[in-house]
Amino acid sequence: MQRNVTQSANRRLVVQLLGVTALMFSFGYALVPLYNVFCEVTGLNGKTGQLTQAQADKLLPDKTREITVEFVTGVNAGLPWDFRPLQTKVVVNPGVVTLVSFEMTNRATINMIGQAIPSVAPQTAARYFSKTECFCFTQQPLAAGETKTVPVRFIIDPKLPKDVDRVTLSYTFFEAPQTAQQESNIAGGAPNT
Amino acid sequence: MSQAATHHDTHHEAHHATGITRWLTTTNHKDIGTMYLVFSLIMFFIGGSMAMIIRLELFQPGLQFVNPQFFNSMTTMHALVMIFGAVMPAWTGFANWLVPLMIGAPDMALPRLNNWSFWILPFAFTLLLGTLFMPGGAPAGGWTMYPPLVLQTGEAFPFLIFAVHFMGASSIAGAINIIATVFNMRAPGMTLMKLPLFVWTWIITAFLLIASIPVLAGAVTMLLTDKFFGTSFFNAAGGGDPVMFQHIFWFFGHPEVYILILPAFGIASAIIPTFARKPLFGYSSMVYAAASIAFLSFIVWAHHMFTVGMPLAGELFFMYATVLIAVPTGVKVFNWVATMWQGSMTFETPMLFAIAFVVLFTIGGFSGLMLGVTPVDFQYHDTYFVVAHFHYVLVTGAVYALIAGTYFWLPKWTGHMYDEKLGKLHFWLSTISVNVLFFPQHFLGLAGMPRRIPDYAVQFADWNMVSSIGGFVFGASQLLFVWGIVKCARGGEKATAQVWEGAHGLEWTVPSPAPYHTFSEPPDASTIEGGMR
Repeated sequence: MQRNVTQSANRRLVVQLLGVTALMFSFGYALVPLYNVFCEVTGLNGKTGQLTQAQADKLLPDKTREITVEFVTGVNAGLPWDFRPLQTKVVVNPGVVTLVSFEMTNRATINMIGQAIPSVAPQTAARYFSKTECFCFTQQPLAAGETKTVPVRFIIDPKLPKDVDRVTLSYTFFEAPQTAQQESNIAGGAPNT
Repeated sequence: MSQAATHHDTHHEAHHATGITRWLTTTNHKDIGTMYLVFSLIMFFIGGSMAMIIRLELFQPGLQFVNPQFFNSMTTMHALVMIFGAVMPAWTGFANWLVPLMIGAPDMALPRLNNWSFWILPFAFTLLLGTLFMPGGAPAGGWTMYPPLVLQTGEAFPFLIFAVHFMGASSIAGAINIIATVFNMRAPGMTLMKLPLFVWTWIITAFLLIASIPVLAGAVTMLLTDKFFGTSFFNAAGGGDPVMFQHIFWFFGHPEVYILILPAFGIASAIIPTFARKPLFGYSSMVYAAASIAFLSFIVWAHHMFTVGMPLAGELFFMYATVLIAVPTGVKVFNWVATMWQGSMTFETPMLFAIAFVVLFTIGGFSGLMLGVTPVDFQYHDTYFVVAHFHYVLVTGAVYALIAGTYFWLPKWTGHMYDEKLGKLHFWLSTISVNVLFFPQHFLGLAGMPRRIPDYAVQFADWNMVSSIGGFVFGASQLLFVWGIVKCARGGEKATAQVWEGAHGLEWTVPSPAPYHTFSEPPDASTIEGGMR
């Protein structure tokens, strides 16, 4: 009798503990969206603000402040592209939409697709810096040897902390994951789809 | 019912499997405990040989013996083997042997699961150690498996991931078993606040395992799908973030360090009262301290990554939470010292190792405090200071407690007293050499020597040579440990049931060696009370 009681208690406990295990496994995955939300709220990792064009139009320009915005570009290892800003820095007023341009060239002999990832420093400024138009919103295909000039339209929220007078926007170009995948398939002898 | 149980046992005994089948099919907690302990001892020596290769290469500046890739795979594999192969299975082995004996249970709650959780391990480590012979070599990106570096691992990569999955499954199964055993199998009258501290610390460890290992399983699964299935959890090009891996990993990783050390607290709390011939000072505060350490371990993970870039508020939070852990840990150290205070102490080998554990673990705790302070961590981060810190808490902490526990319960396991002279020689050689080995690494780290490098600037040469000499002596001393165990298993002075004059607890009420089946009938209340004192 005692043994049966213990066995059913064991079974119940094991099911509960396996439930906790499954829960914690899902929690590991839940950390991914949580982390992204956390980054957006705090500007951690230079995640930029998300004002739309319509919201940006409503902001009042603050002509009393001047913010220097610097541009930094980089290309990740393995992507044979050139990528540079057409202006290294601009001085802007908060609340004014500004247009800047970048130039990219595919030096490879094959057509490739790239994806630019932005980041803003310092972190405290990141969420007050919004891009209303950016080539980084979509993947960028470039034919072999092609050069393209692409625009970025950005606005700085006048609520930007008082101690910030200089903001750096940096882009890194990566090979888009899909093309990387296809290439390794070709290398691995898999059928080219 | 009890008659039926006895009948069942005799029946079982009659068909007792022999040879290798016995070990493959056994569901006896003592057999499984022995297998865990032997397995972890083998892994201790495999991981130790890797450490010897590391210290050999670092004996002098320049590259003498191994190439940098192999050196890096040695540091990576040394950590994985020692953490998942030596220390964790050793604790599960201790738990298998001792938890049922300590709580007056006939066996673990889930004996078949118990067999299974052990036998996963040889497969896990075949996968892991097999990578040493693969083209491209074993994983070399560090045991922390940070992307994108770890994604450059060659053919060994999926083997690494699945080995981690297997080790995790084994630990979780073991943890579930221990929780079920303690919750459902305690002898009547064995209330929670009468449990020996080793059982308490293991219960808390088991909950840490269940809460943290699945997170690691998730993290490595994300690595796997990033590498082979085109997901972008940690791939910036696809919108992922490599820093996120560090957060997920250390959410597992910090509880993991307490998984490695909490049972050691339990061992020290068993040995010190025995040889001080006094009851443990502050039993309930020990329980609450262990529980608060476990809770805090979940909210301090980012102190491993102060330098990746974090808001100031984050750095302050993680610094304060980290430093707060010193409070419950201090309570424990205080209680051990207070237990010894005015006790009639004798210094048999287990006690020597236990006292060395308290002293040397505390040194590791203090360097941990230093590392927990954000502004100075920027200097210490990724230097040999970190290496010195975690070897003080793991080698002279966890491993010393394992050795102390082995000498302490060896007479109960084998029925013979170990060779005391040999034990003391092992102690003194180990304790002197381990300090020669790790103490200079503090200096190296403060002077700026980075960890995980096969070659270094010449100003680090002297202390590296000293450290290596200490390493070789420490490594060789452990052969004395094995010799002592083998000698004790083969024969020696007969051990009494109580073994130690000051020993209290249910495991000392059964004969030595402990019979194959114990507590088929639960012990009566007076035995439990007498055992607790």
